[in-house]
Amino acid sequence: MSAIALERPRARAVAVRRAVARATLFLLVLAGLWGLWEGYRWLWMREHWSWPFLVDDTSMPHLHKIFAALWAHARPGDVGPRLITILVKAAAFTAKEAAVGFALGAVLGFALGVVLAHFRVLQRGFLPWVVASQTVPILVVAPMVVVWLNPKLPTRFQDWGAVAVIAAYLTFFPVTINTIRGLQSADRRALELMRSYAAGNWRILWKLRVPAALPYIFAALKVSATASVVGAIIGELPSSIQDGLGGQIINYSQYYTTQPTGLWATNVIAAALGISFFLVVLIAERIVVRRAPENVA
Amino acid sequence: MTVVQIKDLTKRFGETTALQGIDLEIEPGEFVSLIGPSGCGKSTLLRIIGDLIEPTSGSSTVNGKPARQARIDRDYGIVFQDAVLYDWRTVAKNIALPLELARWDRRRRAAKVREMVDLVELTGFENHYPWQLSGGMQQRVSIARALSFDPALLLMDEPFGALDEMTRERMNMELLRIWEASGSTVVFVTHSISEAAFLSTRVVVMSPRPGRISGVISIDLPQPRTATTREEPHFFELVTEVREALHLGHDMERTPA
Ligand SMILES: Nc1ncnc2c1ncn2[C@@H]1O[C@H](COP(=O)(O)OP(=O)(O)OP(=O)(O)O)[C@@H](O)[C@H]1O
Ligand SMILES: [Mg+2]
Repeated sequence: MSAIALERPRARAVAVRRAVARATLFLLVLAGLWGLWEGYRWLWMREHWSWPFLVDDTSMPHLHKIFAALWAHARPGDVGPRLITILVKAAAFTAKEAAVGFALGAVLGFALGVVLAHFRVLQRGFLPWVVASQTVPILVVAPMVVVWLNPKLPTRFQDWGAVAVIAAYLTFFPVTINTIRGLQSADRRALELMRSYAAGNWRILWKLRVPAALPYIFAALKVSATASVVGAIIGELPSSIQDGLGGQIINYSQYYTTQPTGLWATNVIAAALGISFFLVVLIAERIVVRRAPENVA
Repeated sequence: MTVVQIKDLTKRFGETTALQGIDLEIEPGEFVSLIGPSGCGKSTLLRIIGDLIEPTSGSSTVNGKPARQARIDRDYGIVFQDAVLYDWRTVAKNIALPLELARWDRRRRAAKVREMVDLVELTGFENHYPWQLSGGMQQRVSIARALSFDPALLLMDEPFGALDEMTRERMNMELLRIWEASGSTVVFVTHSISEAAFLSTRVVVMSPRPGRISGVISIDLPQPRTATTREEPHFFELVTEVREALHLGHDMERTPA
């Protein structure tokens, strides 16, 4: 006990040092990427290289101009909201669709995985169709979902509900695949142990198979987290929803030749949204998965 | 009542005959070791007693019940060569697993876990995760888990096989202490002649191809066994007896049928 007590301050110091190292690394990588962008831009413009594309202020604006555009007012003149305000609002709207879609997809994906893992016959019959569902381009599926679903949705869910379903469509697949794999990853001896306790299938599922599958499931959720944001943005396009990032992307691509920083700024916010979804899953994993660090997928 | 009763038992895996004509009776409070060369069917026999696999023919009963019923009644606890702890559960939670499955309530569970942690001398490590423990500590957790629901029978398949000699001898002493304290019956698989002689009340020697019992040796060393037991001349005599029985089994295999 005393040994453990003595360890604690040292452990905290190590944790702090590790956090500082990580933050420094992040900043270094950020600076490096910034330098690459600006260096590439400078070189290609000086040499007038046109491969793979001509570099100018339209195709690759200065990064600081992109961030400046975020703080500038969206419309000409010093009036009206700043671009960042508009984009953050749009991101919040898209985040709602993506989050609901993600939750829906994760739950359905998990449930489907559990069923398919349990019934081998179903797995053989169904899995090819699950795979096939993902080979259909989302751009084809999205308008269909909107057309089919929207009339049936209660007003509260009108429009954005259909988008959430599209996001769920992109979310469930990795979760299903990894749930199946994870549930079957339970140690053979651990299963025998359960048999020796005369545990039924249901309790084996919750006490052994699901905990054993969690690292696999979280690996899938990380993929799905970003996919659900992409799904939500793409889903907004055919449903002609104006309130989300998809609407802003359509808007600023129309002005790209005159005001390229607007579209780039929208990209930055969309990426930030994807990253924050990813981080939420990462934090959830840290809390939920109690494993030797090297065993966490 | 006889704890384990095996009658004319045979187990085949396809072409291989893992066990043939096994007869064995184990009385309450006995400590029986199964010893024999690799592949002679020790694990298979243990797993049949525990109804983890089914015999091809013959019968196996535990506490007078068919093996399957005994398993359902949780009449035995099992310990494998590696501890098979659940990585996501703490020491306390690992020990509590069979109690959760037996639907003990929280308070009873906590009290029992505390008792078990004391028994295997892991006090202070209740909230550690398995990967934070040494191999010997992990194995003690797995023994505590097997004993937590007071099974009449403890099945152990080379529980100390992965440990170094020193740790192993210490674990031997602890196991004897636990066995005496709990009054349970133990079936213990091992590769080590001296371990078998030191721990057991009876050593069952097995020989391979097909796996069968080639000798049974009563170990009449006084109880309780202590560190000095290993230095007594009679201990050496018994070790020699077991070794010769093992070689005899081996020779039997060589003689053409
Ligand atoms: N599931 C199985 N399928 C096929 N053959 C098996 C199976 N389990 C065991 N056997 C065979 O049965 C025989 C006995 O195996 P068993 O594991 O019981 O040996 P053992 O005495 O425990 O050996 P060891 O000391 O190496 O653990 C071996 O020949 C093995 O190949
Ligand atoms: Mg074995």
